[in-house]
Amino acid sequence: MTTTPVRPQRPATRRTGGPQTPQGKAAAFVDERLTIAGPIRKQLNKVFPDHWSFMMGEIALYSFVVLLLTGTYLTFFFDASMGDTVYHGRYIPLDGVTMSRAYASTLNISFDVRGGLVVRQIHHWAALMFLAAMVIHMLRVFFTGAYRKPREFNWIIGLLLIVMGVVEGFAGYSLPDDLLSGTGLRIADAIMLSIPVVGTWVSFLVFGGPFPGDQIIGRLYIAHVLLIPALLAGLVGAHLALLVRQKHTQFPGHGRDEHTVRGERIFPVYAAKAGGFFFIVFGACAALGGLVQINPIWLFGPYNPAQVSAGSQPDWYMAMLDGSTRLMPSWEIRAWGHDVPPLFWPTVVMPGILIGLAAMYPFLEAKMTKDRASHNILQRPRDAPVRTSLGAMALTFVMVLFISGGNDLVAKAFDISLNAMTWGGRIALLVGPPIAYVFTYRICLGLQRHDREVLEHGIETGIIKRLPTGEFIEVHQPLGPTDDHGHGLLPYAGAAVPKRMNEVGRSPLRHIGGFFFPVKEKPEIEAELDAIALAQVDHEHATELPD
Amino acid sequence: MSENVTETSAEELQKLTPEERMIAAAEADGVHIIHRRDRFPIRGTKAEKRAERAVSAFFVLAALAGIGFIVAFVAVPFHWQLPGKSQNFKYYTPLLGGLLGLMLALLGFGAVLWAKWLMPEEEVEQDRHDEPSSEADKMLIEATLAVGLNDTGLPRRKLLMRSLGLAGGAVATVPLVALVGAMIKRPGKQLDHTPYGTLLATGKYPDGVPLIYADGRRVSSDDLEPGGVATVFPVGYVLDAASPTLLIRLRPGQKVQSRSGQASYQVGDYVAYSKICTHAGCPASLYEQQTSRLLCPCHQSQFEVLKDAKPVFGPATRSLPKLPLGLETGSDGRQYLVALHDFHEPIGPGFWERS
Repeated sequence: MTTTPVRPQRPATRRTGGPQTPQGKAAAFVDERLTIAGPIRKQLNKVFPDHWSFMMGEIALYSFVVLLLTGTYLTFFFDASMGDTVYHGRYIPLDGVTMSRAYASTLNISFDVRGGLVVRQIHHWAALMFLAAMVIHMLRVFFTGAYRKPREFNWIIGLLLIVMGVVEGFAGYSLPDDLLSGTGLRIADAIMLSIPVVGTWVSFLVFGGPFPGDQIIGRLYIAHVLLIPALLAGLVGAHLALLVRQKHTQFPGHGRDEHTVRGERIFPVYAAKAGGFFFIVFGACAALGGLVQINPIWLFGPYNPAQVSAGSQPDWYMAMLDGSTRLMPSWEIRAWGHDVPPLFWPTVVMPGILIGLAAMYPFLEAKMTKDRASHNILQRPRDAPVRTSLGAMALTFVMVLFISGGNDLVAKAFDISLNAMTWGGRIALLVGPPIAYVFTYRICLGLQRHDREVLEHGIETGIIKRLPTGEFIEVHQPLGPTDDHGHGLLPYAGAAVPKRMNEVGRSPLRHIGGFFFPVKEKPEIEAELDAIALAQVDHEHATELPD
Repeated sequence: MSENVTETSAEELQKLTPEERMIAAAEADGVHIIHRRDRFPIRGTKAEKRAERAVSAFFVLAALAGIGFIVAFVAVPFHWQLPGKSQNFKYYTPLLGGLLGLMLALLGFGAVLWAKWLMPEEEVEQDRHDEPSSEADKMLIEATLAVGLNDTGLPRRKLLMRSLGLAGGAVATVPLVALVGAMIKRPGKQLDHTPYGTLLATGKYPDGVPLIYADGRRVSSDDLEPGGVATVFPVGYVLDAASPTLLIRLRPGQKVQSRSGQASYQVGDYVAYSKICTHAGCPASLYEQQTSRLLCPCHQSQFEVLKDAKPVFGPATRSLPKLPLGLETGSDGRQYLVALHDFHEPIGPGFWERS
């Protein structure tokens, strides 16, 4: 290799700093075709504020991804047919039983497909987690006022996601055509029948004839694996696009204002954290799917309209509708040869009203408070006591319905009369919410006052001092400058006020801990690290932007 | 600030360090780095090595859990076995889920700790650019839209507008008609009768429709003990949603109050009601002998059997329809139960057309 040709030097003007590395060349390859160096950089630099409560939406998003992955796997084995078959699989207790192909293939996934059961259970757990995370995320958004202008669209999209998620979940757990889900479908049919004027037509349209017909599983299947997931994916996309466009809300605090957002950039720190969190969520679903049995359909048997199991419970997000149905008094409207059954009110009218109220809430609040400003800074729940109390009222209403959805189990567990549980639920549904409103309102005011008290008098140190006069006083640590009487001058700014001594005066210096023991460096290294940290603190204090 | 950077020439950027260039890039996007600190300003200290080892340990353990998953997937028995045989298969699903969860969670925790322990700590501020569109922008879009709309001629050409609306309406309606029209089924009177009526209408059963059990045996009048119940069906319709019927043998001395004209529906101590709850259609399955009450486990409606199965608690509003029973002497000389008519009202949940 003595004759290595000398490459001609590229003219420097052709491309300044032309790529030398393979990754640089790859980037240039893409950029020369798409011209995206600028837009990509902008996305990498997007800033995410960090707060634990912001993770709820992430959990919902990640469990949705888990659902798509596991659900696709399940479609390879599931047969959405109501045609009869005689079971001869590995689960011997059901050998020779006539059942639908849907039920038989679900048994097949559970017993004959290697690892099928764990994926089925992960899918079911992820569905429960998806809905739970969405609901908790919604509560977080509600109680902090994050839905206020300019984010009303995203509030409504989120609400639609929950409603569609419930429909998707119901369609999904109806697919195995087992006794439990078949009973659920029977009730769904009764709900459709209860709609005035068009009820029977709706029911016959959905089921293709009188219940159960031979169509419903196939129709639910295509809704469950194509129509609703596509809708959900579209709504999730819109939800995230609006979030990127409008940027995150953030809690009030030092250096936080309405026109900026503080946090970490997406690349690399936030990406590593969020990516890691996806795997943690997936891992939690997987562990639940493996270790905690869910929906053991082989114990329920195939659907049979003559059978039902006592104490049967739907998935948690349906319990509320179940509860409202159980509490509804037997009020039926019969007039002019027509009938409106009592089932109509708690299952069609009530959810309609609740969803409508929730969708309208941002606009109703703006109208009531005459607050038409844009808000990017969140409120602590205590600082909006009316909203918080209304939320507590709604939560109490829903919780009473939720508990009533399992009132037979509660009655059995605590040896209470079932009828007493029903009456208790009816009364609590009316009495509970106003009580919750009053209590929450008072608690909010109390917390507000305590914040002001600490700002005025300082933190209780727990140190008792005896004065020369013999009087005992508790020493208070002021949080900032004080006036001549020792009263704090800091105003309340909407941020959390430290209430304990170990919440203040956190060292700005480095802290790096081990799992069990602090890591000690050599003394000279420790000293050098301290010096670097101190220098940086000084530098930041000197250059900090005035707020 | 952002304007400055975009005006900075590539030559000027060349002179900066990569770190300074990164800060310039952030500034270009309205992102200001308020605070940024290397967690290990001195390279290679004990603490840094330890943090790196710890994060790597998570990743290595994740890989091991993944290998464990594959081994378990292939090697652990998973076939269901009857009790008495080896129950090893019970470990299969927990092992797979546990190891999969471990692998994913360890990878996840590793990544989070990598960010928290090894990547620089930073606090960054981004401008929101949340000002409303400028007046100029608003005027320009408004003009673009207004002139564009005018160019179409729709505002003044009423005929065009109306005919277009007509065509649009047709295009929107046709798929709806095609889909709904394909799916729609006329309910007619289908909900008003049950298989009992269907069978009687065939004329094959002049003495009444034979009642059978789920296994196909005919129901004889000496099958049940007093106080006993059984689910029975019209012959040939065991899986039909409208056919489940609850046959109750009363205890001696019990009497059922009947609606007028239905006293003859009872045969001896036997009385039969539709098992389908009149509330939401679940089978009202739980019969309490002592109180003669039927409970529907779905929403806890309770029916008083001795009072014509009238609802006495819960959301149900209507009595369970009563089946007119009769007796037929079989070729073996035993007395068999038959249904003489269909139920005299629709069974199951209420609906608009039901009066």
